[in-house]
Amino acid sequence: MRPFEYVAPKRLREAYAILAQADGRTVRPLAGGTDLIDQLRVGRKRADLVMDVKHIPELMRLEWGPRKGLYIGAGVPCYRVYKDPVVAQHYPAIRDGAMLVGSWQIQHRASLGGNICNAAPSADTVPPLLVYEAIAHIGGPRGEREVPLERFFTGPGQTVLAPDEILLGVRVPPPPPRSSSHYLRFIPREEMDIAVAGVASLVALDSRGVVARARIALSAVAPTPVRARDAEAVLEGQRPTPALLVEAGEKAVLATNPITDVRGSIAYRKELVKVLTRRTLSKALADLGITLE
Amino acid sequence: MTTFPLDKLSLRTQVRMKVNGEPHVLLVKPWQTLLEALREELGLTGTKEGCGNGNCGCCTILMNGKTVNSCLVLAPEADGAEILTVEGLAQNGRLDPLQKAFIQYGALQCGFCTPGFLLSAKYLLQENPNPTEHQVRLAIAGNLCRCTGYDKIVRAILAVARGEVQ
Ligand SMILES: Cc1cc2nc3c(=O)[nH]c(=O)nc-3n(C[C@H](O)[C@H](O)[C@H](O)COP(=O)(O)OP(=O)(O)OC[C@H]3O[C@@H](n4cnc5c(N)ncnc54)[C@H](O)[C@@H]3O)c2cc1C
Ligand code: FES
Ligand code: FES
Repeated sequence: MRPFEYVAPKRLREAYAILAQADGRTVRPLAGGTDLIDQLRVGRKRADLVMDVKHIPELMRLEWGPRKGLYIGAGVPCYRVYKDPVVAQHYPAIRDGAMLVGSWQIQHRASLGGNICNAAPSADTVPPLLVYEAIAHIGGPRGEREVPLERFFTGPGQTVLAPDEILLGVRVPPPPPRSSSHYLRFIPREEMDIAVAGVASLVALDSRGVVARARIALSAVAPTPVRARDAEAVLEGQRPTPALLVEAGEKAVLATNPITDVRGSIAYRKELVKVLTRRTLSKALADLGITLE
Repeated sequence: MTTFPLDKLSLRTQVRMKVNGEPHVLLVKPWQTLLEALREELGLTGTKEGCGNGNCGCCTILMNGKTVNSCLVLAPEADGAEILTVEGLAQNGRLDPLQKAFIQYGALQCGFCTPGFLLSAKYLLQENPNPTEHQVRLAIAGNLCRCTGYDKIVRAILAVARGEVQ
């Protein structure tokens, strides 16, 4: 590996000081290192200074309040997220996504923050956060700001972060009443692969059993993770039926802009989006006591 | 505004860690991986490098009680950590039941993947002493073996879980 220096600040203001003093040096935040270390090794990214963020208490918080919702610090590893009973109860799709990242070895290190900042179109923890309308909490020596996660990604591997900014965490609003969610990705095997396509769905029902809110987000089928708004609109205000889920699947394809690569063709990816949309909606509805399939 | 003594950083970092119960202090380069530090600085060559990018699991160790791919950990990150490598599995010259079971069930051929499988299995049984076959297969999904076809590995781990090898 090309030489770099390493620093592990224990306080947020030390991290900000490091970013402020960078003076032309490339500072790379390091969370679990499951993307970064290989990228540095093969020379896909370079660093003058690697800043380990795992000793900063603010970035290691995983907190929940019924009014505030969930806060996931940017350095919190996947295993802490999916083993958390609150996440499992209130945000099932977020648990699903965190459980799918890599192997146990990877999950013991890989953070949601790293998955977000690496900005792969296939990032498995992102669609679940998008259906809950998560907000990216960003900080740096010039101050803090919040950006809806949907607007955080600007292209494959590209985000709105300035060189002197880091992701502090994501705020996830409380789940809507009578709601559930699910995330599924398609890979040719059971574990350890990159999604050919992934879909997260959230459904909330009103007291009459009509869809009060639907949120659908897709991975690996566009340059960034995307919301499927046409599909959401088809569902809202309707009573769920098998035909409605099929229609939602078809509309979800409108949000895609996939590529053909070794993992799958454009047509295959679009077909997967239809199927996964239907399946994730059915599962979320089944959690709410409505069995359609 | 806080400042940080960036000019004091150096290209050699001191790392204190406990490896297989023994305290060590070593000087590492910040860009050295923990895998390289274990093998090259401490001579613990039981931990293997297969892919070097997190896919094969040959470099699996326990760090603070959790399995990690040591090829994806920077050596300075291990400062203050407790590490268990395959060399630390045997106690007082007695092999760990998992090691005995791997031998008894023929769960290895070339053996290159074995240290990683042993540590993944050690962690699984520590978390879940009575796993189903499916749970065993999921737990070792991050370890690849080119030789055995996995079946004997799964059977060896299940035999230890059932208390058949001690
Ligand atoms: C074998 C293997 C299997 C994998 N499987 C999957 C999978 O199934 N699904 C999936 O989505 N991904 C997968 N990945 C990719 C990777 O594990 C995830 O993207 C992971 O969540 C990255 O998190 P990390 O904490 O390790 O990030 P790091 O590697 O530490 O960082 C990733 C990037 O984000 C930047 N960064 C980190 N933290 C911050 C911060 N707080 N602020 C600003 N920038 C930051 C880093 O500088 C780097 O550019 C896999 C990787 C491997 C090696
Ligand atoms: S060498 Fe670390 S996972 Fe292959
Ligand atoms: S025994 Fe040869 S790779 Fe597993």
